[in-house]
Amino acid sequence: MPSNSFTRRSFTATALSALGLAMLPAPVLALSEAGARKLVDTVVAEINRVIASGKSEAAMIRDFEGIFAHYADVPTIARYALGVDARRASNAQLGAFTKVFQGYISKKYGKRFREFIGGKIEVKTARPIKAGYEIRTTAYLSGEAPFEVIFLVSDKSGRDRFFNMFIEGVSLLQTERTEIGAMLDRRKGNIDQLIADLAKVG
Amino acid sequence: MTSSGDYFDPYEKTNRKIHAFNIALDRAAFRPASKGYVTVVPDPMVESFSNFADNLSMPKNMVNALLQGNPKLFGQALARFLMNTTIGFAGLADPATEFGLPPAQTDFGETLYVWGAREGAYVELPILGPSTERDAAGTLVDFFLNPIGYARNNPADNITAYAEIVQRMGDRGKFADTIDSILYESEDSYAQARVIYLQNRRFELVGAGSETYADPYDDTFPDDTYEDPYAE
Repeated sequence: MPSNSFTRRSFTATALSALGLAMLPAPVLALSEAGARKLVDTVVAEINRVIASGKSEAAMIRDFEGIFAHYADVPTIARYALGVDARRASNAQLGAFTKVFQGYISKKYGKRFREFIGGKIEVKTARPIKAGYEIRTTAYLSGEAPFEVIFLVSDKSGRDRFFNMFIEGVSLLQTERTEIGAMLDRRKGNIDQLIADLAKVG
Repeated sequence: MTSSGDYFDPYEKTNRKIHAFNIALDRAAFRPASKGYVTVVPDPMVESFSNFADNLSMPKNMVNALLQGNPKLFGQALARFLMNTTIGFAGLADPATEFGLPPAQTDFGETLYVWGAREGAYVELPILGPSTERDAAGTLVDFFLNPIGYARNNPADNITAYAEIVQRMGDRGKFADTIDSILYESEDSYAQARVIYLQNRRFELVGAGSETYADPYDDTFPDDTYEDPYAE
């Protein structure tokens, strides 16, 4: 049941999280706001090309997974989603989890590709934060009031990639940590079971 | 603040029961009705009815803007109301937005926030869904604050309530896939609704740009800065 604050904007916004995730190009860190805007436009065009390709949904989700894997710091996002349980996970478990997590995110959000048709994202401001840079953008979707999307970018993984995004204040990291945490609780903390089940989601 | 998914949920047990009720209600009535509504009624009409409800909420927004000591927001809500009620065909159209007037939505929950009231516990309300103690109080006050909805001998009795239900059906239908994914595809829809509601609501009230972004690298790259082993 929708609440007062689940506004129409935030619904679409949530729907688009992963699309937005894919929109931040790698070399933003060392760049000016103008450079970032240009690069974001490039990636938006890339996404639009995938949409316009007329491929099947499964093929588009595969393309999207490639974009997500390239531009996002997936290991860090996955580790954060796992929460404190990441500390007791073996390296093998972490690696396997990261892999299925990447597929899970791509499927979950890639299904919403069509909501992005005709949309655009404009970079507004860029400013340094502790871990790297905060890039504020405005998303314009057809038939929707514009809404704010924030990307956080860092080079701490070795190259410039984004590690979080906020759509109308809703953080991908927090939301997925909640979801993965709930999955883990329901499996009594069994990480291997979580990995097996997450691979089947979507 | 905006990046924080922290919550205070002492009533979780009760909230989860109400959540189960809300889910059952959605599954049995609200979801099918809303999907039917947006399927049968053309999109422009769905949009018009939504505009109509927005316009009816302007007097409430004006009152709250005054209570918040925000004359600018008051002016925006007033201008929207005058423009959309007249050349916007009683609010069915939204010329105010076409003319570039910013949105002017607020509520008594925000007024309470401006006055310094604390958020309180997370609560899930029957039918209305996720809220906080502060916002639940706000919702109740807003119901009585709206001069149109509450006027005695009002020929359009309860029109605000009906308009809002229709608007919510439009939203539920239009964003069906997204809402379904939260309510029915999530492992724990109660926890998902809670984390999304609280983040989004804090964003609305406080705005973005907090310095307290969660830093996943703090944990991943321990030699980045001096680590405080007692911090976590």
